[in-house]
Amino acid sequence: MPTNDKAIIVEHLSKHFGSFRAVDDISFEVTKGEIFGFLGANGAGKTTAMKMLCGLSKPSSGKAIVAGDDVSKNPNRIKSNIGYMSQKFSLYEDLTVKENIKLFGGIYGLKLKDIEQKTAVLLDRLGFAEEKNTLVKSLPLGWKQKLAFSVAVFHRPKIVFLDEPTGGVDPITRRNFWEMIYEAAEDNITIFVTTHYMDEAEYCNRVSLMVDGKIVALDTPANLKRDFKSDNMEAVFYQVARQAKRSDN
Amino acid sequence: MKPIVVKHIEKSYKGKRALLPIDFEVEEGELFGLIGPDGAGKTTLFRILATLILADEGEAFVDGLDVKQDFRQIRKCIGYMPGRFSLYQDLTVKENLAFFAAVFSSNIDENYYLIEDIYKQIEPFKNRRAGALSGGMKQKLALSCAMIHKPKVLFLDEPTTGVDPVSRKEFWQTLKKLQQQGITIMVSTPYMDEASLCDRILLIKEGSVLDIDTPSNMGSKFPKKLYKATGENIPQMLKALRENPAINTCFSFGDSLHLTFKDDNLHPEEQYVQIPASIEDYFMLISTMGNMKTDNH
Repeated sequence: MPTNDKAIIVEHLSKHFGSFRAVDDISFEVTKGEIFGFLGANGAGKTTAMKMLCGLSKPSSGKAIVAGDDVSKNPNRIKSNIGYMSQKFSLYEDLTVKENIKLFGGIYGLKLKDIEQKTAVLLDRLGFAEEKNTLVKSLPLGWKQKLAFSVAVFHRPKIVFLDEPTGGVDPITRRNFWEMIYEAAEDNITIFVTTHYMDEAEYCNRVSLMVDGKIVALDTPANLKRDFKSDNMEAVFYQVARQAKRSDN
Repeated sequence: MKPIVVKHIEKSYKGKRALLPIDFEVEEGELFGLIGPDGAGKTTLFRILATLILADEGEAFVDGLDVKQDFRQIRKCIGYMPGRFSLYQDLTVKENLAFFAAVFSSNIDENYYLIEDIYKQIEPFKNRRAGALSGGMKQKLALSCAMIHKPKVLFLDEPTTGVDPVSRKEFWQTLKKLQQQGITIMVSTPYMDEASLCDRILLIKEGSVLDIDTPSNMGSKFPKKLYKATGENIPQMLKALRENPAINTCFSFGDSLHLTFKDDNLHPEEQYVQIPASIEDYFMLISTMGNMKTDNH
């Protein structure tokens, strides 16, 4: 496949903190428009890897091309080509719905006129028109989540990074959220997502599993289940994570 | 004497009702689960029982003690792990544990046997600052700190949110062991697989109790015939089935879909296999039924 089909290309990427290899020589590629699940136990190195891919942390060695730019050479251009959302940080609670959209639109360099136009469309699509002047902190979590995701893809990034976007969320809200992910993927936005819900791993096109800083398995959920002779991704995860020697387990 | 008794407890914040009159009891040595969407009132309930806030109306008793009058005694005999990590980030693992033991006029050695299983997993990092621990390790330390004074009742507010599946499993094995020591545990979780490990579950939504029962009873209370459908393209199937007027509910479940028909006398096509309902199915069905109610008024 020609390289321009790839949203992310990672080659021998490592990050060391002293003698500790947080990310230890990982290589993989993500195709444009793909939903890529980035799984691993707590402490396996997922967040460190994600920070490098978002241009927030410099690799110790190796190479990563994200949306056509090298993370070591053009970290700032990467930031304008990606969206990011996590459970821990997504929106400013003390700003209204509309103010949050304006703020993030501005940060991503959209023109005020465009922001206004797109905001109206977005609020309408989400059914939030009446809540546009409501403070984000008084929205139910499910709404916040929808808004946070919409804000993360507001500037039409090529790739959106989602770090445990559904942590702590109830079963119905989680499923609504994944329907939004599918819509974005159909819109050709590449999705890079971490989750601890193994049923959500099934919703990804491909899944990588990280153990002790290395990617030890990478395939479609169906192939992984076949290879690990498991009925579900949870059983695959247990088998893989059991190999872990460091930290948590 | 029941370790937790809640009678008509009500709580509002600035006119917004967090808990409608709510009643339940927890048996001695029970592993009692609190399941509900965000904003259902779970944390409010924990805070009232842990004597951190007062209810507007009603009474509650922990280990036979009144949460209003006897809060000092209650605080001595409960362990509370709040949803947000609330240990001292700048203290080391060992310093945190020693501190919490000292607050309860105890020391690490006295009740070490209770926490040994969990603590020995983080002991290699005992000189690391708590703030520098990974998610799973933080949870293990927080549970150790909540347990070090040998509480009779343990309140755990979403202890496994953000924790990976392997660590979650270990965490629940630990809870089962603590339960065997006679400790009563009330725990909330957004993970439905964990809900099924509880002796009984309270389903809560918008401040009121939807149901209290054992996990297996809840599954069998599912009021509809439940079917499973599998296929290559689940999102596409989901869209198509949602538009089908004969379908009542349709939700994705990993690599398959779970659905109910409006008419249970209907004999659906062979591709749909009838299956027993899980807690997750039950929870989603009764919480959407709740939504229908609120939409109507």
